[in-house]
Amino acid sequence: MSEVSTPDTLLEAASVASPKGRSLWADARGRLARNRAAVASIVVLCCIAVACLVGPYLTGHGYDQVYQNYVRVPASFASYPTAEQLPPAVDRIASRIRAKAEGLTDTGPTLRLTLTSTTTRPIDERLLVYFERSNLFGRAVATGKEDEGRRLLVEAPVNRHHFWFGTDSNGRDLLTRTLIAGRVSLAIGVLATTVAILIGVLWGSTAGYLGGRVDLVMMRVVDVLYSLPFIFFVILLVVFFGRNFVLMFIAVGAVEWLDMARIVRGQTLSIKRQEYVQAAEAMGVSTRGILTRHVIPNTLGPVVVYMTLLVPKVILLESFLSFLGLGVQEPMTSWGVLISEGAKSIQGSAWMLVWPSVFLTGTLFCLNFIGDGLRDALDPKDR
Amino acid sequence: MGFYVVKRLLSAIPTLFIIVTISFFLIRLAPGGPFDLERPLEAKVMENLRKIYQLDKPLYEQYWLYLSALMRGDFGPSFFFRDFTIRELFANGLPISMRLGFSALLLALVVGGTLGVVAAFRQNQAADYAVIGLATFGITVPTFVIAPVLQIVFGLTLAWLPVGGWNDGALRNTVLPILTLALPQIAVIARMMRAAMIEVLRSNPIRTLRANGLPLSVIVRHALRGAALPVVSYLGPAAAALLTGSVVVETIFGIPGVGRYFVDGALNRDYTLVMGTVIMIAVFVMAFNLLVDIVYALIDPRVRYE
Amino acid sequence: MAAADLNAPAPQPAGVPVLAIRDLDVRFRTGDGELRAVKGVSFDVAAGETLAIVGESGSGKSQTMMAVMGLLAANGAATGSVTVGGEEILGLSPRQLNRFRGRRLGMIFQEPMTSLDPLYRIGDQLAEPLLAHAGMSRKEARARALELLTLVGIPRPAERLDSYPHELSGGQRQRVMIAMALANRPEVLIADEPTTALDVTIQAQVLDLLADLKRRFGMAIVFITHDLGIVRRIADRVVVMKSGQIVETGRTEEVFAAPREAYTRMLLAAEPTGRKEPPPADAPPVVEARDVRVSFNLRKGWFGGGDRELVAVDGVDLLLRRGGTIGIVGESGSGKSTLGRAVLRLVPSSGTVRFEDRDLTSLDRSAMRPVRRRMQLVFQDPFGSLSPRMTVGEIITEGLLVHEPAITRAERNRRAAQALEEVSLDPASRNRFPHEFSGGQRQRIAIARTMILKPAVVVLDEPTSALDRSVQKEIVELLRDLQRRHGLSYLFISHDLAVVRAIADEIIVMKSGKVVERGTVDGIFRDAHEPYTQALIAAAFLSKEAGPAA
Repeated sequence: MSEVSTPDTLLEAASVASPKGRSLWADARGRLARNRAAVASIVVLCCIAVACLVGPYLTGHGYDQVYQNYVRVPASFASYPTAEQLPPAVDRIASRIRAKAEGLTDTGPTLRLTLTSTTTRPIDERLLVYFERSNLFGRAVATGKEDEGRRLLVEAPVNRHHFWFGTDSNGRDLLTRTLIAGRVSLAIGVLATTVAILIGVLWGSTAGYLGGRVDLVMMRVVDVLYSLPFIFFVILLVVFFGRNFVLMFIAVGAVEWLDMARIVRGQTLSIKRQEYVQAAEAMGVSTRGILTRHVIPNTLGPVVVYMTLLVPKVILLESFLSFLGLGVQEPMTSWGVLISEGAKSIQGSAWMLVWPSVFLTGTLFCLNFIGDGLRDALDPKDR
Repeated sequence: MGFYVVKRLLSAIPTLFIIVTISFFLIRLAPGGPFDLERPLEAKVMENLRKIYQLDKPLYEQYWLYLSALMRGDFGPSFFFRDFTIRELFANGLPISMRLGFSALLLALVVGGTLGVVAAFRQNQAADYAVIGLATFGITVPTFVIAPVLQIVFGLTLAWLPVGGWNDGALRNTVLPILTLALPQIAVIARMMRAAMIEVLRSNPIRTLRANGLPLSVIVRHALRGAALPVVSYLGPAAAALLTGSVVVETIFGIPGVGRYFVDGALNRDYTLVMGTVIMIAVFVMAFNLLVDIVYALIDPRVRYE
Repeated sequence: MAAADLNAPAPQPAGVPVLAIRDLDVRFRTGDGELRAVKGVSFDVAAGETLAIVGESGSGKSQTMMAVMGLLAANGAATGSVTVGGEEILGLSPRQLNRFRGRRLGMIFQEPMTSLDPLYRIGDQLAEPLLAHAGMSRKEARARALELLTLVGIPRPAERLDSYPHELSGGQRQRVMIAMALANRPEVLIADEPTTALDVTIQAQVLDLLADLKRRFGMAIVFITHDLGIVRRIADRVVVMKSGQIVETGRTEEVFAAPREAYTRMLLAAEPTGRKEPPPADAPPVVEARDVRVSFNLRKGWFGGGDRELVAVDGVDLLLRRGGTIGIVGESGSGKSTLGRAVLRLVPSSGTVRFEDRDLTSLDRSAMRPVRRRMQLVFQDPFGSLSPRMTVGEIITEGLLVHEPAITRAERNRRAAQALEEVSLDPASRNRFPHEFSGGQRQRIAIARTMILKPAVVVLDEPTSALDRSVQKEIVELLRDLQRRHGLSYLFISHDLAVVRAIADEIIVMKSGKVVERGTVDGIFRDAHEPYTQALIAAAFLSKEAGPAA
């Protein structure tokens, strides 16, 4: 009964090497890996998450960058400006320079043209800066002069843009905005869920394990909060916190824990009756030890499942608030904001509703399938 | 049972009191007031208004006044809809919201329940996957996406139904709102019913029926009753939510229900309107929870309330 | 099939098989591949005979008959042939199968508590097969249901028609199940461990009922069981199964008298044998309990009022000496488990409990903690008593975390290995999880968990009841061995007197919270006064005379 182990015993312990067992979690992982819908959902969700994280750096547009020339451009793979858009734009520029544009040749990266002055004076080359100001072109250079400067050979590099998802009513790239919105929506979902789970698990397991009057009072609190209209809280939170969405969603999480608390309490009550908890009590293990070693690890299964179902709920809630105009503030955006904007302009520009909806619905679909898959994997009574 | 119901009704009073108290102080603690318009009012006008609506009195006195008015069934005047009392607002809007909500609930129960049962009996077959897919779709697509899509398809493209408006509750005007309200509920109920049904079909009592060679109709009858239990528990809160109106649906379809009042009230600091809505929703929630418990006891003889 | 008169024996030509099973295979698709539960089983059931299918858990005995009834789980499939009176029934659709199930084949199950629909009245459930198969009207069916309830010996049958299942005891529910299965006078009744979940005295009554009904109706019975005592008592023929295959069949008396196969011999010899040396009379007392009383308040919710009191243990005394074992026997609800927990001060009780000359009565939770180390508890259910998400090593050493927090991880590891060796488990299994072990191995793990703390007293609460007979025997031997080596004292709680006899010095018989009889093992077995004790003894030793030398 040595209090300190000698090198001798250490050696002995090491010599009795022991193979690793397959934990229930490992079993569940195996079952999940065989669930095709769930695996596909995980892959898709990871793709969406990565796209939202990395994508905005790669699209070449800022999420708040406005292209006045491209307001409500439909989604397409074609590049902008289109061949039809160039001549009128050039004409507009030319008229400012007081010249006429002729012989437009589009070489791809640059546009060649000849400017002929509409006045008798030669063209002021400094006015070529209008090309750059239009956003359509880079710095235009005069490559040749004719007729004493009244005819100018100009080469202007064309700023080619792709708007795969089209642009919104302010002329901002929808792809970039959708991806940025994804960051916000996913972050809100995860943040609020984490808060809800933390409070719910602690509240529920404490109430369930301690039982008696403590349980009665704690669950009564939950009941009363249940009867309060949930939306009341949320709107009040908006009123209190203004539009600080991080604070707000910590608060939303603090409201969403009620279901979690009920689930965990029920789970705890059933675990409490398990003989392994009684065995721990009989060995004199403290309440804290029982909660952390026996009760909470065994409630984690339903908690994980509930979590995957709570994230979509919170994302939906955020989009609902955005619909009411209480969500994230411009120019920052979220899927809900984009969708409510899209819903307003669904008739002329359906893409504005379609793309954010595809991302939101896709994410929610995946989370639901993952949740179902996890439930089947963690609770395999089907087999 | 009768005694139990009385007891539950009595215990609702303190709950309601707590809710009223919490909401009263919360909404009044919120920054801003009911008369903070974009163009500030003259100090004198403001003072007059505050006097008329008794906002110049200390908070505890306002609380006391509100409570005693409440006892008389007086919910006070609306601050925002200046010409109406809260009671009038609800008398006009609640029947509309309840009619839509009730129809949607009924539709959801019938369609969702049927889909769930069919899916459970065809577990892991094409019909089952179709129902799961549809249900997941219904849960994930927000109503404010469904509603405009329905408007475009049935209102504009096909031009079968009006895009919005209430039109004194003409049937044509209620179809799309009811459908929008019902779709997510159909999805949830179908999923719950399917899960509960699958569980029950695997249970020992159903095995007994099978071992005794009883036909499918008997098995379905027994299984339905068992599977109804979780659905009934869900229906309580769901019914309360549906009957008290939906902001989204009422806004999009331009329906004069009570769904909007909450948001309007809170944003405009219409204290009495917020309080009225809170009380209405709380009463619905508690009433339906009680109803659920009663129905539960009717279905399951093991549940006894004393 | 018309409903026949309930009391006239059916004319059955003897010797013709009513049920013939040929090359039956049952496979289950599982996440880990295909599992073949039944492997090419063939046998006949003759009209009017009682055939027992015997085997330990996992032998495929239940799945064989589930396949016959078309009741396999959704992931199971059966191949081969099953004929009823010459008609093939394997692979029929449920609708076609229903011409046989409930009419020519009836079945009752191991779980009487859950086999009836809790939402429907007994009378309505009993009427279902009569309405479906016998073409009776509701009124006729109700009248017949009443007859059936009377027939299976349910007291006050007319009232019971309108009762719900939860208002009946387990034994009564099994009687209702029997009535339902026999409603249409089937030719074969399949009984899948119908008495296993029942108290021993109830078991005997249900067996008597089955024998009586068989005499009246003349149906064949296929009796699935792990209990050789029951086989001996009721079966004409035996089929012994092991891992999905038949190892031996024959007439009951022949198999019992001269088993051909080693496995059958092992089964027959699996009764716990041997006896325990009693401790010396002057051994010091370890636990002394006086007038222990435990009562539970059956509270009625928030508003309280009208609390009812349930006395679970009513004034029990006991004295346990070092190295001694007291067997506490009784049926479920007799208060024996509660008494064990009261001695360990795990439930609030009145009276006094002294442990090693220390009065435990006044100690609070934290003061009890050091004492807990010396007083340990082992549970009945080896599946429930080990935390499923901890490794075996963590489970075994949890007590050390409480009682010797100072020792290092390596030292804990060493002690875990030592404790596993002591219960004859491979010390290398420390990092595995409980679900990777069999029931018997898990019970050894549970014992190792108590042994690591070097206790003085161990309360064993039905430690062998959930185990197969052959495993029971090993656990009993292990417990005796550990007791000898470490001078342990046991409180051995059980309903099974066969096991208690092999391990205890003294026996306390409990009923409704009170001690109805106590004495030495020999004394109790020689002349038990109470009819209750006699019934327990009879139930435990059905096969007593049968087995080759207990």
